Order: sequence, then C-alpha cells, then structure tokens
Amino acid sequence: MQALSIVELEQRFQAKVDAEIKIEPKDWMPDTYRHTLIRQISQHAHSEIVGMLPEGNWITRAPSLRRKLILLAKVQDEAGHGLYLYSAAETLGIDRETLVQELLSGKAKYSSIFNYPTLTWADIGAIGWLVDGAAIMNQVALCRCSYGLYARAMDRICKEESFHQRQGYEIMLVLAQGTPEQRQMAQDALNRWWWPSLMMFGPKDADSPHSQQSMKWKIKRVSNDELRQRFVDITVPQAEYLGLTVPDPELRLDTNTGRYHYGEIDWTEFKEIIKGNGPCNRQRMRTRQKAYTDGEWVREAAMAHSQKRALKMNPTQAT
Amino acid sequence: MKLNLICINFAFLYYSHKRLSQYYLTIIILLNIMQTTWPLWEIFVRSKQGLYHKHVGSLHAADAKMALENARDLYTRRNEGISIWVVEAQHITASSPDDSEAFYEPANDKVYRHPTFYTIPEEVKNI
Ligand SMILES: [Fe+2]
Ligand SMILES: [Fe+2]
Repeated sequence: MQALSIVELEQRFQAKVDAEIKIEPKDWMPDTYRHTLIRQISQHAHSEIVGMLPEGNWITRAPSLRRKLILLAKVQDEAGHGLYLYSAAETLGIDRETLVQELLSGKAKYSSIFNYPTLTWADIGAIGWLVDGAAIMNQVALCRCSYGLYARAMDRICKEESFHQRQGYEIMLVLAQGTPEQRQMAQDALNRWWWPSLMMFGPKDADSPHSQQSMKWKIKRVSNDELRQRFVDITVPQAEYLGLTVPDPELRLDTNTGRYHYGEIDWTEFKEIIKGNGPCNRQRMRTRQKAYTDGEWVREAAMAHSQKRALKMNPTQAT
Repeated sequence: MKLNLICINFAFLYYSHKRLSQYYLTIIILLNIMQTTWPLWEIFVRSKQGLYHKHVGSLHAADAKMALENARDLYTRRNEGISIWVVEAQHITASSPDDSEAFYEPANDKVYRHPTFYTIPEEVKNI
C-alpha cells in the first residue's frame, strides 16, 4: 500500500465521518481531532468525579433509609460514569495517571455547576432534576458522536441517567406537596440551581469558537444554544406541575414557535467560576487532592500484594 | 527490590553530591508513580446464559481478582451479566486497521463460500 499524504488522509477521515462511520482507537485521525477529544472526554470524566462531591455531602443526612440508598446508588453511578470516560480517553493515547494529575493540579477543567454548594435537602432534588436533566440533554446528543468509544460510553451512561433525574424530581414533588416550609425549601433550591443549570450548556454559539470544527467532525452534534433551548422547553412545564416559579421574569412561551423565551444568562458569574472563583472551587479541589493522597498507600499496597502473589506462583520470574 | 537499591544509592549520593541527588529524587518519584499505576484490563461480559461474552470496556486493577471485583461493580450494577472475563490489555494482539484491505483480501474472491452462489431448480424443495 502506498503512503498517503496528510491531506489525503484527512479527506478520507472526513469522508468516513460524513458517512457516519464511527472512528475507532487504532484508525488514523487528525491530531487536533485526537486532542479535542482528549480534552472533552477528560473534562467530562472529571465532571462526573467532582460531581459526586456536592451530593456525597448529603448521603449521611438523607431523610430516610430509602433516600439514603437511592442517593448512594446515584453517586456510585457517577463514579462509574467517570471511569467509563477515563477509559475512553485512554484509548486516545493518554494514560490515567496524567489525566488524574491534570485534574489535581487544576490544569484540567470540570463542569462549573459542581462549584455551587448543596445547602438543603431540596438541593439534592434540584440537582437530580435540573443538573442531571441538563446532563442528559447533552449526553443524548453525544451518543451519536463520531468517536465510537465516546459514543458507546454515552449510550451506557444515558441508560443509567434517567433514574437520576426521576429520583430528583420525586424529591421535589414530595417537598412541593409538603408543608409551607418544605415548599419554600424547594422553591429556594430551584432559585439557586436554575441559572447555573442553563450555564451547563456552555457559552452562546456566537461565543463558542471551537464549536464549528467540532460539529464538522461530529464530536458535537447539536449546538449549545439549541440544547439549552430544548432543556428550557421541557423543564418549564415540569416546574409548573410542581407549582414552583422559575426565577426568570422574562420567561414566556412564544405561541408561534411553541418555544420559551428566557432572559439573559449572567456570563460574568460563569467566567468567574471557570477561573476558579466560584463558591466551592477550592473546597472541591482540596477534597479531591486529599482523597488522592490518602489513597496512595492503598494503591501501593495492592500493587505490592499482586507482585508478591505473582512471585509466589512463578518464582523463576523473580528479578 | 530494585527500588530499595535505588534508595541506598540515593542516600549515598545525597551525602556525596547534593546537586546530583536532586535529579535522582525525581527519578525515584517517577518510578514510584509507575509502580503504583495499576495495569489496564479489558472486560468481557456474558449477559445471559446461551450468549457469547462481549467486550464492554476496560478498567485499572492491581491484579486479576481485583479486576474481576471492579468489573462487577463497574459493568454489572444492574444485572447486566452472569459471567465476566478479565484480560490484561497488554496480552491482546489486535489486527491493524491500516492493512485491513490486504488482511481480509483472501475472503473477497471466494463467493462460492456463500449459499447464494449455487443455482438450484425451483422444483427442488427443502434445500
Ligand atoms: Fe453522570
Ligand atoms: Fe447522573
């Protein structure tokens, strides 16, 4: 087989993507495609891992055994999501240790939403309903991503996510139908989580410079603004059913399009959090770093144990 | 064992050449990371009796037993499987997608391997 030039390889690659043929780890791919994917998948993985912290905070304080079991299962799922995604990123030629170090050093980003505190039990409801709801909106679109491993990880994750959103909505429902104080708690949680949830879809299309290339490569299938709009359209009626008010005075249904018009997002707040100045950024990083250092001896001991066992089973291989 | 030797060497270097020992320290830290990084395992799950095991993903674990337990927790949290295989990724040899044309070429011109290659009169039944 004669060697192909970069241009020819790129054309072949794009033709495959256009024909909806999935790209697999050992296939040729442009360097920027590889790096864009590593960045996106690892950020996604970090978000799942850091995302366990705001909810983990409430496991011991869940109001009943039933809620405790549910929350434990949900947080465990998020750990699983992080692991599927780290594995997918690793197939692109980066190792796990590097990925973990990038998170711990603050070099890698994770979703801004996890830098807000969980002040009351209603926040656990709001997170499941809104944050997982927004994540699902995003992830369903990613199931059609051109990189096979990312798409398959998303497929698996989406199947698991739907219980996350439903348990959250159920918490909100119970509170919304409860005492006036409980109602107030639910409303307060919606007030605090609504705007950060809309920010989860990222900057507006006009301010999202890399989006176009990602769309061409089918890493991204639906634009930020379109996903955000879809989220608003399905979530507002759900809030109405709860009898709660979405904290946006500009929110109204456009009867011509059947879609909701919503107010302007506070992008300065978004940028500050990305920069590391959100309410919980430092706390989250400290918790992750502590977990890593505290776990060091476990990782070492497990490895030493396996080496010792291997030696026992095959003493001739001793070095 | 290797690490111990290096440590003794390091102690010697530290007292003899302080500057050089800095580099050595870096190497020790790197080695330590490599030692504590668990190998990668590929996971295969049989979803129910009568079906083949199917590749579902990968994970890191110190040894096969831990890989099995982690695979259970990671890939079968909702009864997705009744049997799990774990294989250390470094033991898998994969064909290369670049030579796939040449590699599968031998099968291309052997149409007579397919039942549709043969014409049988319509009157002949059950064949
Ligand atoms: Fe998740
Ligand atoms: Fe989730």
